[in-house]
Amino acid sequence: MSIPERRILLKNADQPGYSNHIDSYLGVGGYEMLRKAVGMTPEAIREEVKTSGVRGRGGAGFPAGMKWGFLDFKSGKPIYLICNADESEPGTFKDRQLIHKDPHQLVEGMMIAAFAIRAKLAFIYIRGEMFDGAKILERAIEEARAKNLLGENILGSGYSCDLIVHRGAGAYICGEETGLIESIEGKRPYPRIKPPYFPAVLGLYQSPTIVNNVETLCNVPHILRMGGAEYAKIGTPGNTGTRIWSVSGQVQRPGYYEFPCGGLTLGQMIFDVCGGLGPGRKLKAVIPGGSSSKVLRAGERFSGKLKDGSAFDWGLEDIPLDFDGPASAGSMSGSGAIIVIDDTVDIVEALANLNAFYAHESCGQCTPCREGSLWMKKITTRMCHGEAREQDVDLLQSISLQISGRTICAHGEACAWPTESFTKKFRDEFIAKARNQNKHADTNAKVSYSLI
Amino acid sequence: MNLKPQTLEKIEKLIPRYPTKRSASLPICHLVQEDQGYISQEAMEWIAAKLGLEPINIYEIVTFYPMLREKPIGRRHIKVCRTLSCALNGSYEVKKLLEKALIGEGHGSSNADYTIEFVECIASCGTAPVVQVDEVLHEGIKPDRVCKFADQIRQETEQMKTSVSKL
Repeated sequence: MSIPERRILLKNADQPGYSNHIDSYLGVGGYEMLRKAVGMTPEAIREEVKTSGVRGRGGAGFPAGMKWGFLDFKSGKPIYLICNADESEPGTFKDRQLIHKDPHQLVEGMMIAAFAIRAKLAFIYIRGEMFDGAKILERAIEEARAKNLLGENILGSGYSCDLIVHRGAGAYICGEETGLIESIEGKRPYPRIKPPYFPAVLGLYQSPTIVNNVETLCNVPHILRMGGAEYAKIGTPGNTGTRIWSVSGQVQRPGYYEFPCGGLTLGQMIFDVCGGLGPGRKLKAVIPGGSSSKVLRAGERFSGKLKDGSAFDWGLEDIPLDFDGPASAGSMSGSGAIIVIDDTVDIVEALANLNAFYAHESCGQCTPCREGSLWMKKITTRMCHGEAREQDVDLLQSISLQISGRTICAHGEACAWPTESFTKKFRDEFIAKARNQNKHADTNAKVSYSLI
Repeated sequence: MNLKPQTLEKIEKLIPRYPTKRSASLPICHLVQEDQGYISQEAMEWIAAKLGLEPINIYEIVTFYPMLREKPIGRRHIKVCRTLSCALNGSYEVKKLLEKALIGEGHGSSNADYTIEFVECIASCGTAPVVQVDEVLHEGIKPDRVCKFADQIRQETEQMKTSVSKL
């Protein structure tokens, strides 16, 4: 039996007859919350968002209300709002749905947020490859402008704010908020060092800036509709609201599913909601929060104490799907992207595939990340091409441990964590790969590889 | 520079929307590439002059972003997603089969009609493997569907060629 979803953000998205035009959105009460917002004080809206406890849906899970609270309102400089729609963490495809299927929900959320932080100008930074997404948003903006829902003197409130769709050009690093800011400024998207460049103080054009994920901003109208306190009742304490989980890899029913935070476990998601693995296949590993998150191995036990002091002892299937569950198990929920790997997969190949991604996407600014990611890619690729050595697993582990914490941005951690966790948890398979090859070395056995 | 009037108009409209001219550099690169197929050295110099920048300011972004290119490519740009969820569903095989069907075995991955490349995760992992042809995303292109899919692309391409030659 499938556990029913609770759709709030995706409520209208897949309904028959619902389109991404403004009439559909207005027909379900769209933009009513913007109307309400412009009658409130910006402080009151910010307070509701803070009370809601909504955490950033982009990957870091930082409370959005608190982020807004860091804004420097006294600098005298203009304030900017940026929506991070550079969805590119491997495994993640939730923002694509929100943009394609209900773009006005995002536009409304952004205009409420812009009003609440007194933004002078707002941007949606969308992935370059999402040609359709950019066109849909452009059209949505013009539809909203024609109805005075953005632009000059919004709904007669005296508040004006324009919204610009800015397309990226295929670089993962632009998802890092300071890299994204550099990109909008027209430069190479090299992330900035923090401190001093915390966007809320020194962001776009050295002005106070808020960067929020698509899903985070889509929550804003709902927070206003329910009220922050009521919203906070969805999910579990400290993990409020719903989340859209993107499930991919080797499950029967991959897709996007919206549930209250903590409303189900990883096991229920994989085996119940997604219909389990293919016939005769067994679960081997799960990457629980986008490809950067540390891998979980089937059969592993996780124990310790939760934030509230209570003890837990989980198998992989028992991990609650919220922000804190995967974190307690030593990984993270990241962007909510669950990649399922079954027992037919060569785990060294899976890591080699991810390492090729991170080596390609390192911006090259910091030596440990630039050199380390490429080195790890070269080793794992070589291992998959018949040249694995038993000592590779230790070398990989050692390289990965020398990257995290030593770079300007989190790409250092992102590129190191897969190698660190794969080599630690699947040490036996890395060694077996070398031994099996050596056994067949004289017969020149054909090496099979399909992921790299 | 021989840009189409529509492109020039778009560029003129774009620049004043941004608080600084330099912010328009990436969007203008996109427009020029859509117009010309690639961004030549002449184009980089033209964009820089347009925005009051040095040519290096444009060159450094053209060389950084994977989507921007300095050389022309085939008539159709085919990007096969390479990253894990697509790879787990056969994308390496898909790329090989597409090359074989559209370009011919042993003839590389690009000719005048087609440029076939891998691309990193394009955020549609739930419908893996995915292939983007020019601006259109095609979902669920498993290896057993490639043959039909390649036929469809070939047909479209032939139609494009006939309509161009009629002009």
